Amino acid sequence: MPVQYYIFLSIALFCIGIMGVLMRRNAIIIFMCIELLLNAVNLLLVAFSKMWADAGRIDAAAAQIFVFFIMVVAAAEVAVGLAIIVMVYRNTHSVDINILNRLKN
Amino acid sequence: MNTQQVIFLVLSAISLASAMGVILSKNPVTSVLCLILTFFTIAGHYVMLNAQFLAVVHIIVYAGAIMVLFLFVIMLMNLNADVEPQKRNWLKYAGAISGGTLLVILVAALRDASMPSLQSGSTDIGLIANLGKTLFHQYVVPFEISSVLFLSAMVGAVVIGKKE
Repeated sequence: MPVQYYIFLSIALFCIGIMGVLMRRNAIIIFMCIELLLNAVNLLLVAFSKMWADAGRIDAAAAQIFVFFIMVVAAAEVAVGLAIIVMVYRNTHSVDINILNRLKN
Repeated sequence: MNTQQVIFLVLSAISLASAMGVILSKNPVTSVLCLILTFFTIAGHYVMLNAQFLAVVHIIVYAGAIMVLFLFVIMLMNLNADVEPQKRNWLKYAGAISGGTLLVILVAALRDASMPSLQSGSTDIGLIANLGKTLFHQYVVPFEISSVLFLSAMVGAVVIGKKE
């Protein structure tokens, strides 16, 4: 099976995530779309890991370790980001990101 | 068309459809459930790519921890479709058009790239023994740094979320 299939699937997932970030105004949905972007990249890394393992490289596991670290950082990011969103909701009673443009003044 | 391609096509169709469901549904809880379905199909892709340990970790971390956290926060805020902020229509179209343009450009750029095709045989590269050896021999310093990152994220989340 060509590795292009996985590349195109990752591109499609990534672009759906980009569209979600641009189209929605709910801060939680935007955050979930960022998770989708990270997962598209993870899928691509795992596909390339398999490609290198088929080519006989012994260090192909490094790509999967990289995916592992991306998951770690994503988990930490979600913990802090959701705390920030909860605090914003507590202060403004909304998760609309347009309300946050008061940070400009 | 062999079995592997059939499985790939089915999983891809489900993951793309549920990813569209994430960004199109009005109710945030539906979005979370669609995203969980997307993560399960991505875990299926990982199994097909001989990354069994990553598939299990992906399900545990994403579907088990992160999405439950999202669900808790959404239910804590009592958000539903009525309070969903509405964006002006032309902004939605602009977002969709720019995302679609990115898709077209990336596909057109990579369509003619020559890549080797994946073998269907299984390798033991994604098993936990192999990954553990790599992680604790070559990547032990990033591993320890990530523990510090987790500690600081935990302290940060507690400090931010605390009522003053």
